Amino acid sequence: MNELLKLIENNARFEAKDLAACLGEEEDKTLETLERYRKEGIIAGYHTIINWEKADVEISKAIIFVSCVPERVAGYDKIAERISRYPEVESLYLISGKAEFLLQVNGKNMREVSNFVAHKLAPTEGVNGTETMFVLKEYKKYGVSFFEETGEGERLLVTP
Amino acid sequence: MIFDEEINQTIRFMKPSGIRKFFDIAATKKGVVSLGVGEPDFITPWHIREAAIHAIEKGRTFYTGNKGLPVLQEAICDYYRRKFNVTYDPRENVMVTVGGSEGIDVVLRALCQPGDEVILPTPAYVAYAAIIEMAGAKVVEVELKEEERFKLTPEALKAAITEKTKAVILNFPGNPTGGVMSREDYAGIVPILKESGIFAITDEIYAELTYEGKHVSLAEYDEVKDRTVVINGFSKAYSMTGYRIGYILAHKDLIEMFNKVHQYTIMCASTPSQYAAIEAAYNGDDDIEEMFMSFRHRRNYIVKELNRIGLKTHMPEGAFYVFPSVKCSGMSSQEFCEKLLDEENLALVPGDAFGQAGEGYVRISYAYSLEEIKTAIEKLEHFLAVHS
Repeated sequence: MNELLKLIENNARFEAKDLAACLGEEEDKTLETLERYRKEGIIAGYHTIINWEKADVEISKAIIFVSCVPERVAGYDKIAERISRYPEVESLYLISGKAEFLLQVNGKNMREVSNFVAHKLAPTEGVNGTETMFVLKEYKKYGVSFFEETGEGERLLVTP
Repeated sequence: MIFDEEINQTIRFMKPSGIRKFFDIAATKKGVVSLGVGEPDFITPWHIREAAIHAIEKGRTFYTGNKGLPVLQEAICDYYRRKFNVTYDPRENVMVTVGGSEGIDVVLRALCQPGDEVILPTPAYVAYAAIIEMAGAKVVEVELKEEERFKLTPEALKAAITEKTKAVILNFPGNPTGGVMSREDYAGIVPILKESGIFAITDEIYAELTYEGKHVSLAEYDEVKDRTVVINGFSKAYSMTGYRIGYILAHKDLIEMFNKVHQYTIMCASTPSQYAAIEAAYNGDDDIEEMFMSFRHRRNYIVKELNRIGLKTHMPEGAFYVFPSVKCSGMSSQEFCEKLLDEENLALVPGDAFGQAGEGYVRISYAYSLEEIKTAIEKLEHFLAVHS
């Protein structure tokens, strides 16, 4: 397992010199590796995980199954690329099962998501069906549970 | 105190743990940042927690046999064979205890008689000396030295053995020093153990946190295995401190004796916790690996940072503690920690809590997130700058 990637996955805000200290290597080497990872797209971005409900910001999120017909040569990738260009699409997966793609779509409200499906997604070339499920509540996102774990605060201050 | 004359005089004159005293001070303050805790910071992996919950749901809440659930005994033997290449019989050589702590108590009480001496390399975990004394034996301290990377040397061991010596306590990787005994190190002391015929009580609770190479168990050495008593447990390896599950591995005749003390004292370890331990032993290897990597990163980070801010710290080879000298500050361990707590709200443990040999040192635990360690380092840096 790549230790640097594992480290920044959980400590995104750590500086290169601190990461280097953790790994027991020179800062220059860490910087170089980080740069290469960014260039190669291995580090694809940095995200903050926000519990929007707690922040009292209304957003509307939907899970959408998309059925489509693959194109010659390009298969599903061409259609996927087309769908992925919409900023409303948060994630996009090719899946096994009853549909070809699974999408997560974000909008300000239900109408915005509905409009996206009706006017943009469904008419996309190659798409021949959609099934939209609106998200009612988020409980866990990117491995982070929105339930409060009580364990953490219960360690004593000093123990043998 | 009013009962002074009536109570057991050994207990009366026993010093309360230096850690306890420090805890009491820290507990009165608000917003304390602490690097003083001797347990992992990870919440027990969910599949292990679930196994305990499942046991309770299914009503598996009766007493178990004194020596523990047979499946757990098997799981423990399987673990020692798999990880450390040591073979024990699940029916004869294992006893499940209430944490490693009960193991230490049971073993020392079963082995020691008045007049016996027990060799204790120090600085050492706080319980050993107290339990040796409660068992009626005398503590013979052997100082572990920083320049020897807190290892027990053959010379020091040999010099401490007398006709009265019953046993030596080994705790590697060790609390509070992080010292580790490698195969080469054991090669020096095993012949001495064999020749003298004393018991070796090896507390291997930090075995999974060995950073350079693999942990070596003393029980691997056939020539001393009959007189080796292994104490280990699930607390540190799987972050299961509150479950209180430990175990003893030893010759079957010794286990029978230990079991006598154990059965009259506590009957058996907590049943749901034993089920959780079974799950940990069979399906917890990935958790160990994940936590291990985290601890190694933190160790590297904290050692580099401590040296940067002027606290000379050697790289410990095991456990999750660093044990730097604070002699450069001109303060005693106690003074250093009290001032640090008072002025910076940072809690460390003074080295003399682990025996006189720890004077001049402090124990810093890195069982904390990197963010927390970073905050603590900033406080320590400020403190050192003010007092230089």
